[in-house]
Amino acid sequence: MDVKQVGYVPDSGHARLINLVRADRGMRAVPLTTEEEGVALALGAWLGGERSVLLMQSSGAGNCINMLGMVNECRVPLLALVTMRGHWGEFNPWQVPMSRATVPSLEAIGVVVQTVDRAAEVGDTVAAAARLAFSTYRMVAVLISQRVVGAKQFK
Amino acid sequence: MKHGNPTLDRRRVAADILKPRGNALVVAGLGAPVWDTAAAGDSPLNFHTWGGMGGAAMIGLGLALAQPHRRVLVITGDGELLMGLGSLATIAVQKPRNLVVIVLDNERYGETGMQDTHTRFGVDLAGMAKAAGFRASGTVYSAAQLKTWIPRFYRQPGPVFCDVKVSTQSAPMVLPPRDGPTLRNRFREALLGAAQAYK
Repeated sequence: MDVKQVGYVPDSGHARLINLVRADRGMRAVPLTTEEEGVALALGAWLGGERSVLLMQSSGAGNCINMLGMVNECRVPLLALVTMRGHWGEFNPWQVPMSRATVPSLEAIGVVVQTVDRAAEVGDTVAAAARLAFSTYRMVAVLISQRVVGAKQFK
Repeated sequence: MKHGNPTLDRRRVAADILKPRGNALVVAGLGAPVWDTAAAGDSPLNFHTWGGMGGAAMIGLGLALAQPHRRVLVITGDGELLMGLGSLATIAVQKPRNLVVIVLDNERYGETGMQDTHTRFGVDLAGMAKAAGFRASGTVYSAAQLKTWIPRFYRQPGPVFCDVKVSTQSAPMVLPPRDGPTLRNRFREALLGAAQAYK
């Protein structure tokens, strides 16, 4: 995929991936204070000739909306891997509203949303999403279900 | 040595900063800094933002990491940076040696009716950048101070932050292209060459 920069706001579902990125000398891991920083980072990276990926959980999608508008207007490719909170087996009620709004709000600002419910499909879906994003200069988000990453346990 | 009312002219400041730019890459934060940067002589290596408020410094970071051998100047306003203050922390963690964030600080939201920004009440952006971990950070109040900073923008290991206090005097709008794909294409073509830019 030739990804060089990975912006992230941590999520337990991304924990292994973040550690792999941090250990990979060919990639730059960029911890963010808020997800929208990663949207602007991706635009800057691509202007400079590098591909990036943005990792976040669905609660961060709402933080990104206006910045995604900029990326949409510029037709700059953006690939986001989003782990879902607030639906499958959720315990925390405060996670539910943004979870419900994730797909509609991302689609409203122009992001192509693809969802994965089974671990076996993650690899193919991410590869296809990357091809779509970087070949057609579009914003693509892969939403990874709590069925795949597991619901957070409060104990 | 804080002065009462800033006197530096923003157009002059932008022109003086950009005169020795060479092949530096410039990200302009939306509002007056875009007009100032365009007035200094537009270049395909200027990326003007007409939206995405709060994102200019992070665009600069992505660019600086992708192009470590080119100087990257973010020229933005106090209101724009205030909307993305967390980016100071994020940049400080990455420590890009080639990134410079310059704020043309008139202590006002100039595009919306000149309402006071937080810096008008004493919020110290340079202090925040320094506390975050920028390698160099300072506030400029005078032409003499600016003169000592300009060479540092191009030579000092970054990340460098400079808050330049400018007067509230507005200047005529000088509008660069505003079409997003035009701005991205001209930038990438000038930086990467057509073959790579449109691959």
